[in-house]
Amino acid sequence: MLRLHPYVYHRPRRLDEALELLKEHAGDVLPIAGGTDLVPNMKHGLFAPGHLVALRGIHELHGIEERDGELAIGAAESLTAVASHPLVNDHLPALAHAASLVAHPMIRNQGTLGGNICLDTRCTYYNQTHFWRQALGFCLKKDGDVCHVVAGGTKCVAAHSADTPPILMALDAAVDIASADGERSLRLSDFFTADGIWNKKLERHELVTRVRVPLPSPNLRATYTKVRERKSVDFPLLSIALAVELADGVMESISLIVAALGAKPRIIGGLDKIAIGKKPTDDVLEEVAKQAYRQCNPLDNIIVEIEWRRAMVPVYVRRSFDAILAEPRATA
Amino acid sequence: MKLEDFREKQIARAASDEELREALEREFQVIGRRLRRTDGLAKSSGRATFTDDISLPGMLHAKILRSPHPHARISGIDVSKALESEGVHAIVTGSDMPETYGILPWARDEYALCIDKVRYVGDGVAAVAAVDEESANEALDLIEVEYEVLPHFLDPEGALAHPEMPIHEPKKPDANGNISKHVRLEFGEVDKLLEDSEVIAEAEYYFEGTTHTAIEPHCAIGYFDTSGKLTVWSTTQVPHYLHRELARVLDLDVARVRVIQPPIGGAFGGKSEPFDLEFCVAKLAMITGRPVKILYTREEVFYAHRGRHPMLMRYRTGADKNGRIQAVDASTILDGGGYESFGLVTTYYSGQLITAPYTMESYRFDSTRVYTNKPCCGPKRGHGSVQPRFAIEVQLDRLAEALDIDPIELRRRNLLGSDTRTVNEFLVRSNGFLECLGAVEGASDWKEKYRQLPYGRGVGVAGSCYISGTNYPIYPNEMPQSAVQLQVDRSGRVAVFCGASEIGQGSDSMLAYIVSEELGVPLDYVRILAADTDFTPVDLGAYSSRITLMCGNACIDAAAKIKKQVKTAVADGWGCRPKQVALAGGWAFDVKDTDRKMPISEAFNLAEAKFGTLGATGSYNTPKDIHGEYRGGTIGSSPAYSFTAHVAEVEVDRDTGFVEVHKIWIAHDCGRALNPVLVEGQMEGSAYMGFAEAVMEQHIFKETGLHNAPSLLDYKIPSSLDTPELESLIVESVDPVGPYGAKEAGEGPLHPSIPAIANAIYDAVGVRMDRLPFMPPRVWKAIQERAEREKAGGLAPWKQEPGRTTLPAAGD
Repeated sequence: MLRLHPYVYHRPRRLDEALELLKEHAGDVLPIAGGTDLVPNMKHGLFAPGHLVALRGIHELHGIEERDGELAIGAAESLTAVASHPLVNDHLPALAHAASLVAHPMIRNQGTLGGNICLDTRCTYYNQTHFWRQALGFCLKKDGDVCHVVAGGTKCVAAHSADTPPILMALDAAVDIASADGERSLRLSDFFTADGIWNKKLERHELVTRVRVPLPSPNLRATYTKVRERKSVDFPLLSIALAVELADGVMESISLIVAALGAKPRIIGGLDKIAIGKKPTDDVLEEVAKQAYRQCNPLDNIIVEIEWRRAMVPVYVRRSFDAILAEPRATA
Repeated sequence: MKLEDFREKQIARAASDEELREALEREFQVIGRRLRRTDGLAKSSGRATFTDDISLPGMLHAKILRSPHPHARISGIDVSKALESEGVHAIVTGSDMPETYGILPWARDEYALCIDKVRYVGDGVAAVAAVDEESANEALDLIEVEYEVLPHFLDPEGALAHPEMPIHEPKKPDANGNISKHVRLEFGEVDKLLEDSEVIAEAEYYFEGTTHTAIEPHCAIGYFDTSGKLTVWSTTQVPHYLHRELARVLDLDVARVRVIQPPIGGAFGGKSEPFDLEFCVAKLAMITGRPVKILYTREEVFYAHRGRHPMLMRYRTGADKNGRIQAVDASTILDGGGYESFGLVTTYYSGQLITAPYTMESYRFDSTRVYTNKPCCGPKRGHGSVQPRFAIEVQLDRLAEALDIDPIELRRRNLLGSDTRTVNEFLVRSNGFLECLGAVEGASDWKEKYRQLPYGRGVGVAGSCYISGTNYPIYPNEMPQSAVQLQVDRSGRVAVFCGASEIGQGSDSMLAYIVSEELGVPLDYVRILAADTDFTPVDLGAYSSRITLMCGNACIDAAAKIKKQVKTAVADGWGCRPKQVALAGGWAFDVKDTDRKMPISEAFNLAEAKFGTLGATGSYNTPKDIHGEYRGGTIGSSPAYSFTAHVAEVEVDRDTGFVEVHKIWIAHDCGRALNPVLVEGQMEGSAYMGFAEAVMEQHIFKETGLHNAPSLLDYKIPSSLDTPELESLIVESVDPVGPYGAKEAGEGPLHPSIPAIANAIYDAVGVRMDRLPFMPPRVWKAIQERAEREKAGGLAPWKQEPGRTTLPAAGD
């Protein structure tokens, strides 16, 4: 079978110990939470750190609680916990739903919310064994200097493939970040960058410790839609998060995010003019769908035809609206 | 324990008086009952010892260096640095095993490791044995191979057009070295009958390659003992053929080679020929004197492949106004990949196996198998005939539509029937296809659904037939195809020695049921020792659905000999005739007076006292005079043919192209179900596998020759959530030559899944999906194209229009 490289496995009990280890071994260390993505990636030779710092045993990274008008979720909470926790289901059912769509039950039991947020970008030319990548001649993202997705491309376009960030962005979530040097917070909408090699505004020695989501207004309706080949296991071919505040049948705010295209989830812009202050009529929604279509250009980083993936953007935008308009309580 | 206690124990387990009286009323005691598998608990509880579970003292681990190029000459290999690497014990390259091998004796074109040339990305070049896999991997990086890269061909069209760049040296001087096999056969006057046909269906079909995805990767262990005997444990489904090829390639006396096949975690045809790992562990074990293991990575399993051939099939089918098939004209290109494998047989099968279950006045096929620089294709469940079955069954759907005949009715009008010959002269005895059609028609409410479900929903039907083994073995010989040896113990236990391969299909269980049926011993008194070439008589292996029919008959043959002795011995004691003695339920008893009885072990003891140690061999050989009287007429000739019909019900999402298969009704004529549970398992597993190929699977490559997705994350097979409801309907035609009338059930039921789904998609949304798989982008595109033709006035809207008027348009 594919083998792992040798490494030292640290199991700190306190956050400060973990942060110290990340600083001490900077450049030769990675944090590991559930490991559901990192371990296969290490088996593929994509990472070979000499040290791993295990996070799940750290008390401060756990807990799901309501405080100061927010729901705060520890980064090391499992995706199963996020999907099934009463507080998440009561306040943020769309997030619970998104978490329940990650991979399959065993991976959700193991994988964490923080890990999902920090998930490495994916590409058909990258998520392969060392033998395969070597035969290819490697790529921009790892060990090489060419992009096989975009001919002549100088910027990695590996796809953001995590399920929880788009809906967290639509719900205006923020992440708490800690390192041995201090703490900071960042809105998740500002967290991602368009660089497929490392698509996060996160220093390598920093950790996402907590996710905070404002408790939504009663008017908020939100949903997450994941398009994938199979009903389980798969990463998204396309994903859509939608949050709309609807008062007296009129849209007061709208947030639409389309992901699994490039390295950064795309926040569809220009919707204020199209949608705000209007009722979600067929014509209006059609305009929103078209706006999303215009702004989304899938790439051959995922092995399903880009023409279809692009054509599915407006279809699933419409379906997302159908979902929130049909069953407000189930999704809001 | 005293003998008397033994007796008491056995009596406690044996059938009651009432049960014995009931037994007399039944035709069979064990056969036909819904019993557990003999290996079921061990496998489901994880206690079975699979090949990779075996660890021997001092065992080394080996890894194989593989070619990064799809086509290249090897101009040099330097292993000196690797040999010095820490933990390395030995390295072998192609020149250490300079003897070709191949599953077909007249087409041996592979070396254990490549010597002069590599033919696909992943072709093996060298193997390192080291103390662990990590050390072996490190040494692989130190092997220096000089390649002279050659142009490569990833599709047959390219390879055919470039005979000057042959992937293999031509077999004859003027031949195209990129053609592995060409077959053209014609039966009747195809051109004339096509011309006279009322309607002709004509289309081009493409079947994408797929692979087996057995969950257990290939694994082998070699051990060379002090007496100079080689033992290889392997995940093979053909121990006998592996045995022969190991001896050849390693230049050993066949008698000094032993092959053992441990329990297997799935095979599906993907383990039905020798692979590089078996030769490498053997050779490395011979060099080091240590046991050596190789376990493929999942990626290597994809490179080993031998899966379904991609096929491009051009079909013309003509029918008269009543829907009777007049002519079928098939032209097929098979994409073979880098080597021969079973290619010759596949090429024949691509044409020979579609001449039932329908009569056809005339038939012609022209099949060409072409080498390409990709992993070698071979046999996958439904070898060679799943692809053309897709084409012909969709052709029939087209004809039915053109003639406005219900597609089930059209199939009824073309019934082949029983005790007859096909257009290509194969003898068909039992045939339950009519009952299969009726079963799926009734169970699916076909008449209420066909063309009557709302837009987006549809049903489709398809039929098929398959062989129960082949009349002619892979290497020409007159010996039995299967043999069984029984040995009876004084305790009542019966040991069964048989070369047959249990690959999950239930062959061990089948042997136990037969022995239990014939000798009257409880099922758990039967011990199976299978697939160990030192101890088991030859069976040719688990391929072409041959084991139940052939091995089953061999087992009955052996058991009958012991049964006769036991009955004679008991009858002598009772002073009655042997036929008055029955063996069942753990007893020997008098059929006229069930109160007169003795535990079966006592009956065995009487027989042993009378005849000496109880043991018998039994064998089965195929008739060698039943085939078509033409070159190639032996290929596809089988002792018995199974028949299947499916109805699939689907829902197609017009806006996205997602196809949801709600249900497949599967009716299969297996002759007789020796254990209905196992038959149903095979029917469901087959239908699932066909469904997977229909909607998801594609074994494809990037332009560089690299496999598109050599992992189970990216090579899509359906999860349990994706799998439709499957309803199995067993049809029993009781075949005259099958054991108790049994025919195959492991491969036939796969065939109609794909065309039934294709036909159901047509019924749902009016688009013909002639190219596999029916993935959302493809179905979506077909629906878009139809919509454009409808808009242009070239087509009437299919069924009623869906409610939504504005289709979110692409490219707006």
